[in-house]
Amino acid sequence: MRVLPSGSTALLVELDDLDAVMALHVTLLGELPAGVLDMVPAARTLLLVLDPSTTSPAVVERAVREVRPQPGARVVGPVVEVPVTYDGADLSTAAEALGCDTAELVRRHTVAEWTVAFCGFSAGFGYLTSPAWPYDLPRRSTPRTSVPAGSVALAGGFSGVYPSASPGGWQLVGRTPVAVFDPARDPAALLRPGSRVRFLEGGRG
Amino acid sequence: MRAVTVLEPGLLTTVQDTGRRGQAAIGVGRSGACDRASAELANRLVGNRSGDAVLEVTYGGLVLRADADVVVVTTGARCAGATAHNAPILLRAGSWLALGAPARGLRTYVAVRGGLDVPPVLGSRSTDLLAGLGPPSLAPGDVLPVGEPHLPLPDVDVAAVAEPTGRQLRVRVLPGPRRDWFPDAAWDVLLDSAYIVTGESNRIGLRLDGPPLEHRRDGELPSEGMVRGALQVPPDGRPVLLLADHPVTGGYPVVGYVHDDDVDACGQLTPGQVLRFREPAA
Repeated sequence: MRVLPSGSTALLVELDDLDAVMALHVTLLGELPAGVLDMVPAARTLLLVLDPSTTSPAVVERAVREVRPQPGARVVGPVVEVPVTYDGADLSTAAEALGCDTAELVRRHTVAEWTVAFCGFSAGFGYLTSPAWPYDLPRRSTPRTSVPAGSVALAGGFSGVYPSASPGGWQLVGRTPVAVFDPARDPAALLRPGSRVRFLEGGRG
Repeated sequence: MRAVTVLEPGLLTTVQDTGRRGQAAIGVGRSGACDRASAELANRLVGNRSGDAVLEVTYGGLVLRADADVVVVTTGARCAGATAHNAPILLRAGSWLALGAPARGLRTYVAVRGGLDVPPVLGSRSTDLLAGLGPPSLAPGDVLPVGEPHLPLPDVDVAAVAEPTGRQLRVRVLPGPRRDWFPDAAWDVLLDSAYIVTGESNRIGLRLDGPPLEHRRDGELPSEGMVRGALQVPPDGRPVLLLADHPVTGGYPVVGYVHDDDVDACGQLTPGQVLRFREPAA
């Protein structure tokens, strides 16, 4: 674990891998150091945002170094089912990268049990991982200037669902009618760290 | 219903409060006023709570009509013709508050006693222009409801506060998480150079023009969390100083952080102004 400076109001904890990030995140959620306002888990790091009027980076660093996360511990959230029409523009390209046909890609994507490891990129965009998805897919060499909301996509070892229309470089394999982010709903984000996700093949509709 | 009506919004006027906290884990950033201290002062001068919603006016131009008697004040950048700057006034029903262009500074805050009572989104009335959350930027004809006052009016005629600078601004910079990606020579360049605020700057960040900062690492940085004040260095080496509507995570290395107490002043810089960095006194 490396604790990296992030100015007067935050600390960045760098860990060996995503599993260690998730374990530290869930442990700190259980015993949040005083004065920590927010935590941002990411692929290798956990950012702690502090209230500088009640604590300091040095005090929080000491508290973080004292916690002993259980290896493999992670937030366990609700199960979310996401029906998908697998007709994305990059479906064949992605299948080729996996060395299989498109039907096999769909099978692997739908049998996997996915977990939201962290969010980022845009509001409600979850980075999903699965032990049944050991692949590493390249991003598109040229990102699209606009990806429609609801696009189901792959990149690196992750799957994701675009919550809103935005530019994006992930390979698009399908689309879902589920609004994964709706600020008027509680909870606004369906895909939050720990949410468990099953993709269901939803026909050609 | 007590309300004020927008006759002219100027270039860009948004509703802002202290922002959304505790939601970065779902990718929702804090947002809120770019110059927090000025927004806070505006609220205090009209007896509002610190989290009440105010207007953030970018380079003046706002014309507001009171639809009932309201107490208003402006803070931050002093606009030409502003009669209520750092000094609350009673604006009678039917009369206007008209803000010209500021001579110095960029953002003016308008607080109305009682606070602007637009519907909150995810716990805040702030407009986050990057995430597209909160009320849209103001348009002519918008009617903004005004809430009930919670605190007594303070007995203040004029608040004595420093005005935003029209010259160069020097701010404290602390090492960021990826300081070690950059050779010491690059850090010295940052400390020794004048960076000019460019016209592509906005609530998301200040894009700076000046000597590029070259780092010695190849390969991609997995995206990581950041807060306002981060000096991100994209591949062209010209740092971007993140402000209120910054993304929650980013994939460019953060070489340094502007001290949080100095970020408000950065939010008042106009294109063409010079920003310099110094290390804090030991």
